[in-house]
Amino acid sequence: MNRDRINKILNRIPTHAIIIFMILVWVVPTFGLLITSLRPPQEINTSGWWTVLSPPRGSGEYNEYCASCHGDDGSAIPEADLTDPALIAQYPRSLQLLIALREEINGQPHMQDIPIPESQAAADIATYLRRISELDAPPRFTFSNYIDALVGYRGTSTYLKDCEAGTAPLDIHCNTSDILNPRGMGRAFVNSLLVTIPATFLPILFAAFAGYAFAWLDFKGRFLLFAILVGLQVVPLQMTLVPISRLYAQLGLNGTFLGVWLFHTGFGMPYAIYLMRNFLGSLPRDLFESAYLDGASHWTAFYRLVIPLAMPAIASLGIFQFLWVWNDLLVALVFLGGTTPVMTYQISNMVTSLGAGWQLLTASAFLSMLLPMIVFFGLQRYFVRGMLAGAVKG
Amino acid sequence: MAKRSVPNIMKQGRLAPWLYLLPALLVMSFFIVYPMVNTIALSFSNKNGTASAATTCVEGKPCWGIFENYHYALTAEMDTSSLPAFWSSFWRSSYGNTLKWIVLMVSGTVGLGLMFAVLADRVKYEALAKSIIFMPMAVSFVGAGIIWKFVYDYGTQQVQIGLLNSIITSFGGKPIAFLTVPQLNTVALIVVGVWIWTGFCMTILSAALKAVPDEVIEAARVDGAKEWTIFWKIMVPIIMPTITVVITTMVINVLKLFDIVYVMTGGNFGTDVIANRMYTEMYINFNVGRGTAVAVVLVIAIIPFIYFNIRRFLAQEEMR
Repeated sequence: MNRDRINKILNRIPTHAIIIFMILVWVVPTFGLLITSLRPPQEINTSGWWTVLSPPRGSGEYNEYCASCHGDDGSAIPEADLTDPALIAQYPRSLQLLIALREEINGQPHMQDIPIPESQAAADIATYLRRISELDAPPRFTFSNYIDALVGYRGTSTYLKDCEAGTAPLDIHCNTSDILNPRGMGRAFVNSLLVTIPATFLPILFAAFAGYAFAWLDFKGRFLLFAILVGLQVVPLQMTLVPISRLYAQLGLNGTFLGVWLFHTGFGMPYAIYLMRNFLGSLPRDLFESAYLDGASHWTAFYRLVIPLAMPAIASLGIFQFLWVWNDLLVALVFLGGTTPVMTYQISNMVTSLGAGWQLLTASAFLSMLLPMIVFFGLQRYFVRGMLAGAVKG
Repeated sequence: MAKRSVPNIMKQGRLAPWLYLLPALLVMSFFIVYPMVNTIALSFSNKNGTASAATTCVEGKPCWGIFENYHYALTAEMDTSSLPAFWSSFWRSSYGNTLKWIVLMVSGTVGLGLMFAVLADRVKYEALAKSIIFMPMAVSFVGAGIIWKFVYDYGTQQVQIGLLNSIITSFGGKPIAFLTVPQLNTVALIVVGVWIWTGFCMTILSAALKAVPDEVIEAARVDGAKEWTIFWKIMVPIIMPTITVVITTMVINVLKLFDIVYVMTGGNFGTDVIANRMYTEMYINFNVGRGTAVAVVLVIAIIPFIYFNIRRFLAQEEMR
């Protein structure tokens, strides 16, 4: 009995190991992104995000070379108080520090019988000295990357510091209007919302109409039309971009929200109708028959019966279309571009042409994932249901 | 469905159904059907779509006349001087890369997805595990691109802030520039694709596996079949239709895939794929004829799947 149980547990170990390994591969990169977005820029570029909780850079070297005389906190020798910013300011880098360490003090070598550190160790000690003297003591975690990303700050310091010092770049005004700076993620977030909401609502509305007709109304060519629609589901976006952007150029719709709404609506249609028709078609026939006996017209049946009953399908479809439009890059790139940048465009632009630092990229990427993550974890049930109902989407 | 009694229950005129269909049909014909026809027409035209493609032929070079854009689309990346040269240039071209994407990404997502679906079925934390694997589906390709660009980061100095290179150097290895070394970089990008899409395959396959009747599996166990045998001889054959659907869906997704390549390498360093090349020809080089010709090549690759999709639909309707 007992042996059986132990055997059973042992047999399960490989299963657990594989699952946990895969979970780690899925979670760790995302987690690293989150941690990195919360670290100060100078820390991001000098140490991996997994060292975030380890002692600050140079502390080990400090303890090895300096702590025996200067004390653990650096203030043991009053004439050479290492916590004094004015003193440390003279030794910003390993070069100046090494010269000082090689000098003699009162006829004795500075380091006495301790060997002089290598230049890398000296550089780390210099960094550590700046930290304990509070000359430059970056915090472990900071929200400043998020602020910089939201307002589109591209300088070498941070938005808050620059505004305090009055050295902000020209496009930064240091007031609430910065949140709508066209280079920032704040503006892009608003644009993404303005694109996504109508581009989610319109296809659902049109698909509810058409799905109802396909499921419960009779007309000639119904089956053929629906079969064509199934085929259209897999037509790639790329196939239609060129004519539409040429047409939009003539109509003046390039760079407008209306253009993108309509494009997403058109492209979301085949899948949305397919889902709607299959869902509505599975509703019991008696329902419609009794509605008819009660004297309901097709229109009454549609908005009193079909719309309320179709809510689960509408929820699935809504989540799908929302995520699809929110995460889309190609359509935004072609039809909106830099005139009304959405979040995906803004990030891809940072990578491909601006070469922005990791602090901005990670914070921006996380900002763009926030809403989809909330939607996803909140409404996963509907999302999965919609996916299982029909898996293909242009 | 055609044979089934027609669900003409509502009082309706001849016109009413078409009124319900009107908005959908309008946007679809305007945004899908018309542009498809127009794209095909434009693919036979010159740079601005003003004259025939035959006018772009260069004197003294091979020319395909009106098919000149297809000549360009199919052969510009190839070295046709000798067979070995052609072979190696093919594997560096956007077509060769797309083929690598299809083979590696489809086998990766379907294989891992199936494995995870089977294994997760046996543990208590199934729901949590599955939603973690599924999570990248909610994130944009752009976001996933950033996540992995950071994992692949290659530091020229001593410190490696990219997770992978840090692991490599901690074992004494030399850091690798994952995104610029030819061949390896395409694989690195495909890993990102697998990371995103495995959850999709896993969810659909998992639903299919749960529908396999327990009695069948129990009966096999009673007969002394090993778990491995049960998986290959019973489960896989039963869910084969679903596996086929997932595979075709994935092939279509891969063919259309653009964002990952665009964000992570921009198609440079020999990572170009068909979908990105179409974008480059059209919106970087501003060549309407060539851009649309690449798009048509893409659609020709997808046509078998359109056919397959309709066939599957017809079969489903028979069952209803």
